[in-house]
Formats: sequence, C-alpha cells, structure tokens
Amino acid sequence: MPDVNWVALAVFVLLFAFITWLGFVAAHWRKGDLDLLHEWGLGGRRFGTVVTWFLIGGDLYTAYTFVAVPALAFGAGAVAFFAVPYTIVAYPILFLVFPRLWYVCHKQGYITAGDFVRGRFGNRWLALAITITGIVATMPYIALQLVGIQVVIGALGISGAGFTSDLPLIIAFIILAAFTYSSGLRAPASIAIVKDLLIYVTAFTAIIAIPIELGGFGKIFAAVPAEKLLLSAPGAGTTGSYGAYATLALGSALALFLYPHSITGILSANSGRVIRRNAALLPAYSFMLGLLALFGFFAIAAGVSTDPQFAAGFKEFGNNFAVPALFLHSFPSWFVGIAFAAIGIGALVPAAIMSIAAANLYTRNIHREFINKNPTDQQEAQMAKWVSLIVKAGALVFILFVPTKYAIYLQLLGGIWIIQTLPAVMLGAYTRWFNDWALLVGWAVGTAAGTAMAAAAHLSPTYPLAIAGFTFPGYSALYTVILNLVVVVVLTPVFNALSAHRAPADETAAADYFA
Amino acid sequence: MNELRGRQGGGSWWYLLLIIQFVAVLWPAFYNRAEPTLAGMPFFYWYQLAWVLIGAVLTAIVYFVTEAEARNR
Repeated sequence: MPDVNWVALAVFVLLFAFITWLGFVAAHWRKGDLDLLHEWGLGGRRFGTVVTWFLIGGDLYTAYTFVAVPALAFGAGAVAFFAVPYTIVAYPILFLVFPRLWYVCHKQGYITAGDFVRGRFGNRWLALAITITGIVATMPYIALQLVGIQVVIGALGISGAGFTSDLPLIIAFIILAAFTYSSGLRAPASIAIVKDLLIYVTAFTAIIAIPIELGGFGKIFAAVPAEKLLLSAPGAGTTGSYGAYATLALGSALALFLYPHSITGILSANSGRVIRRNAALLPAYSFMLGLLALFGFFAIAAGVSTDPQFAAGFKEFGNNFAVPALFLHSFPSWFVGIAFAAIGIGALVPAAIMSIAAANLYTRNIHREFINKNPTDQQEAQMAKWVSLIVKAGALVFILFVPTKYAIYLQLLGGIWIIQTLPAVMLGAYTRWFNDWALLVGWAVGTAAGTAMAAAAHLSPTYPLAIAGFTFPGYSALYTVILNLVVVVVLTPVFNALSAHRAPADETAAADYFA
Repeated sequence: MNELRGRQGGGSWWYLLLIIQFVAVLWPAFYNRAEPTLAGMPFFYWYQLAWVLIGAVLTAIVYFVTEAEARNR
C-alpha cells in the first residue's frame, strides 16, 4: 500500500485513545472489590438488560466475523449467508437452556462451565475435560481477532518491514492486556457500548449510501456471478450444498453458547430474565450481520478486486481485504477512520472477554482443583489476572509467527471440540440422568471422531458422510456430537450398573434451576 | 423430565412456537431461489433477513406469555 491515510489514521487513533481511557476508568463502574474473582471475571454479575445486550453482542459478533463473513460472500457467494440461519436458531437455544444455567450458577456461585459440571456430576476429570476444551477452543479465536486488527491497520496504509510492521498490533495488544488486567470484565462491557454504536453507524450508513452509489440493489446483485448468487441445487444421491448449509447453521448455533466467552457474558447478567429478554433483542445484531454479509456483494459490484490501488492489500490479506477496500472506495477518509476503528475496537472487546473466560477456567478448574486447593480470594483473583495476560501473549505470539491459515484451521477445529461439551453442559442443565464417566467417554469419542473427520475432509468444516450409497455432506461438529450423545446414552446404564454402590453426586438441587 | 415443569413455566405449550423458525430456515430448498425479488434483492436473501425479525418477534411473544403465566401461577 503506497500511502498512509492520515485523516483516517487520526480518527482511528483518537477513538482508540478514547476506549483505552474508558477501559481503565471502567474499574470504577458499578464498583466492586476486584480482588474477588466473580467481580473481576464476571463484573460482579451486575449487568442489566441493556449492558448485557451490548456485552454479548460485542462478544459474539466479533471483528473477525465482520471481516470474514463478507469476505466469504465476496469469494464464495451465497453460502456465506449461513451465518443468518445460524444466528436465527441460536437464540431459541439461548432462551430455553441458558437461563437455567444462569440460575444454578448464581445460586451455587459457579463462574465457569467447569464449575457447573464439577458440581452437577461430581467428577473432577469430566470438569477438567470441559475446561481444557474451553481453553483450547478459545485460544485460536483470540488469535483471529488479531487478524481483524491487522487487516484494518494494513488498510490504513501502515506497512513496513519486520518489527515496525507488527508494532501497531503489539501496541493494540498491550492496551488490551493492561485494561483487562486492571478492570476485568467491566472494561470490555463499557467499551462494547462504544464499539457497537460505531458498528451500527458504519453498517447503516454503508447499507444506505453504497447501494445508492452503485445504482441500487438490482444492479449490485446483477453484478454477482450467477453461480455465487444462490446455493447450487443438490444432485442425485446427495443432500449437497443444502445439507451442508443447514448443518453448518444448526451445528454452529448449538456450539455458540458453549464457548467460554459466551458463558462468561451470560453469567455476568444480573438475572435469568435478562438472558430471556436478550434472546429476543440480540437478533438486531443478526440482522446487521446479514446486511454486512451483503457487503461482500457490494465489493464485487464496486469492482474493488480489479482496482490497482487495492492490489497490494488483496495480495497480503486475500478476500479479507474486501470490506476495507469497499470502505476506502466508497467513503471519505474521516468516515473510513470511524469504520476501521469500529472493526479494530470490535476485535478488542471479544479478545478481552475470551481471555477473561480462559483465565476464569484455568483459575477455578485447573489451579484450584489440582494445584492450590485453598487459595484466598485475593490469590484466586490475582491468578486469573496473570493468566489473562499469558493467554493474550500466547495469541499474539501465535499470530506474529504462525501463518494466519493455521489460526483459521484451529478455530474450525475449536468449533468441533467445543460442541462436545453439549451433553454435560446444556443437557446437564436439564437432567442428572447421564453417568459422569459415560459423559467423559462420549466427549473423548466425539472429539476424536470430529478431529478425524476434519482431517479427512482436508480441514474443511463439512464431511461427506456416506450412508447406503447416499451422501450427506454436513458439518462434522453436528455429526460427531450426535455420536457423542449415542455413546453417552448407551454407556450410562452400563456404567451405572458397574458402580451401583456409588450414589450419584450432585450438589445442585432441582429448585436451583429457576427463579 | 419433571424438572422441566418449574415455576418458570417450563411446560408451557407456547414454547413450541420457537420450533417454527428452525423449520423455516433449516431447509434451504424452501428458499434457494431468486424470485420474487424485493427492491432488487433475491428471495434467498430477503427471506432469511425477514426470518431474523420474525424469529425475534416469536421469541418476544413467548417471553411475554410465559412471564405472565409464571406471575399468575
């Protein structure tokens, strides 16, 4: 990229400075004792409907989403729209299951999914499996947020060789690490409000202004090649792209709220009712995400990929450069600054929540369970603060030294792994019927099978499952969580019979699961 | 699954409303076509965007009804 866009850069830096300040003063917001883990790591469970809406919205609809979904539409077309049915079916799941999880965690003082599983099934090894899965699935997700920042920094025209080219990213990360350390979950919660307002302003301006500039939606869709405009109809003997589209949507929706950062966002609400309300309010973000997916088509219609001024950007970032190029093509510099800041800050919010969630998991379910069994409250909170730094440093090192595609592969595998916690966490919120060791075996089988499927499909999310000459290409995560469940259901009576002398441990009571 | 019938109204028939959106969007054969377009947007796209809004309204209805049921119990 030839020149630095100074106006856009100034607006970008100004907004970043503002949220840095906000991140630090957030420590005093709804003040609590930050030497307690639930104050640092869950914001004291104090957030009402509106803050929770911003927090979970900022948490789930990440900067990477806003770059990668339009990039997929730009490159592959209609299939990118699976993000829309995905988020449509995710919210009924949030509405039904997760208020129960909120109530029991609130009553028993649980901070993580690992805490819940430990209490519900009384098996520290099952809780350990849930915990490690959560941490491992989260790490590449944090790394991908950095890709979002990298793309906009590159698009601002900042480039260089070696260390200087990485400097802006390192600065952004030091800012992130510092305010997360000092303010805990209150920092991303307050910054999410600013970030989401910026994202909404950007998205709605773009969805109105760019089609006017390009001559209307009719012209935009006419510019999209016919094979990209719709899903290809399945041939004989296969569910084809329809099956892939639907299973990707359903599997992703089932996995979404099992991620540690989702659960952290949910548990920081101040009542189960707040979660239920948000299941009806959060679709506002899904609607925006659907509009953003269309930006990929706007980029096709605007012809950014053949514009020589963007050639270097596409060469460096691939299709992920489509949205930044579209904004540079369509907007004045000062607005480009706002839009890019929205993406950049949009990366910091989920990255902060993810690192807090991973820190909570390590502190509660590994350190306290296996290393120091009786920490003081202050030691526990301090441990979490240090772990949040280590997790982020790890993500930064990963993104600086390992090619981006590996972070994308690992994030894909992360989805397949995290869904394997569904029987224990989501169904566990309803029933104690399952045997704890059966759950552990089911988890292991699902994880192994999912990993093998992804490897066999050359690290593509969909696996062509063949049954009796009929092929069902579908999301490996969904197939393997079904396998996991079958194993659990078959083994539960067997294991119960083998350990008939042992009373099932469950420190929760039926009344803990609702208001 | 007796635990389902908590005070929150876990057993309410109204929860079945939430199934509708699963059926509507998880079978792409329903909507994988270009016609009719809306303001130039192919059916595939505006149909799914419309279901974001319908799904939110259905969820809101279930919320209000089940909250009212829980209060009246």
